[in-house]
Amino acid sequence: MTASEKYVAAAYAFVFVVVLLYVLIIATKLARLEREVAELTELARERRVAEPERKAVAVG
Amino acid sequence: MTRALRQQRLPILAVVACALMAAAIASIAYVAPVDANQGLSQKIFYFHVPIALTAYAFFAWGAWKALRVLWKRDEAADLESYVAIHQGVIFGVLTLVTGSIWAKISWGVWWAWSSNQLVLFLVLFLFYAAYFMLRYSVDPGPQRANLCAVYALFGVALIPVSFLAIRLANDFIHPTVFTSNGPQMSGRMFFAFCLSWAAMLALAASLYHVELAGKRLDSRLRELREVLAR
Repeated sequence: MTASEKYVAAAYAFVFVVVLLYVLIIATKLARLEREVAELTELARERRVAEPERKAVAVG
Repeated sequence: MTRALRQQRLPILAVVACALMAAAIASIAYVAPVDANQGLSQKIFYFHVPIALTAYAFFAWGAWKALRVLWKRDEAADLESYVAIHQGVIFGVLTLVTGSIWAKISWGVWWAWSSNQLVLFLVLFLFYAAYFMLRYSVDPGPQRANLCAVYALFGVALIPVSFLAIRLANDFIHPTVFTSNGPQMSGRMFFAFCLSWAAMLALAASLYHVELAGKRLDSRLRELREVLAR
């Protein structure tokens, strides 16, 4: 491999690695958002279960 | 049909970006001839210049969105301006590193302070890197949106300065490929360059929309959490 080939490969590899790193960061963020959605869904479900009880107290 | 297309915009954009990128790499390797003066190292040009032009495009897009924040009081434009500048800074890093690698093989040095083009691009990059310091030192709200918009608009003035400096100051170190006489390269080289630029813009647009979707989702989830916590 000549010096030119090494430098060209390094330049292209750097771009590839940065894009890959970006995708990795986005994937981590997506996993966090997925966890948050699951937490909020659970919270909303708990509130819906508790809702009829509150209504009953208000009417009585 | 149009609505379905709009919903599928991001996957379509990603597929187009992948296809264009594959075509660009193939054309750089097999269509573009090896440069008579620089040899194989000139192939860095096909990524380096489109990346730099994409960085400029992102800074300009960020400034346009900043203008909308100030002019139309468009709240969504603040986030769009921020994401555009973030992407511009990422492409700025890529420009500086790929340019530095090319400089090492062509000029024998990693960096040349005597080149106006290089120094002005570094100034532009550092200016936009400082944008994040400003953004995160002010509490979210209209004041932050206005401050960031004004800063982004000031930065865009550096783009023509950076672009024209090389032509006005007779920068002999950094090559000038695009002159008033058109592109100084063969037809096959120009084809490979155009394809690479199209691929880079498609990739950039995909990354921009992915990041924007993530940020919007993040913000809506925060709102939802606040509503559910009441």
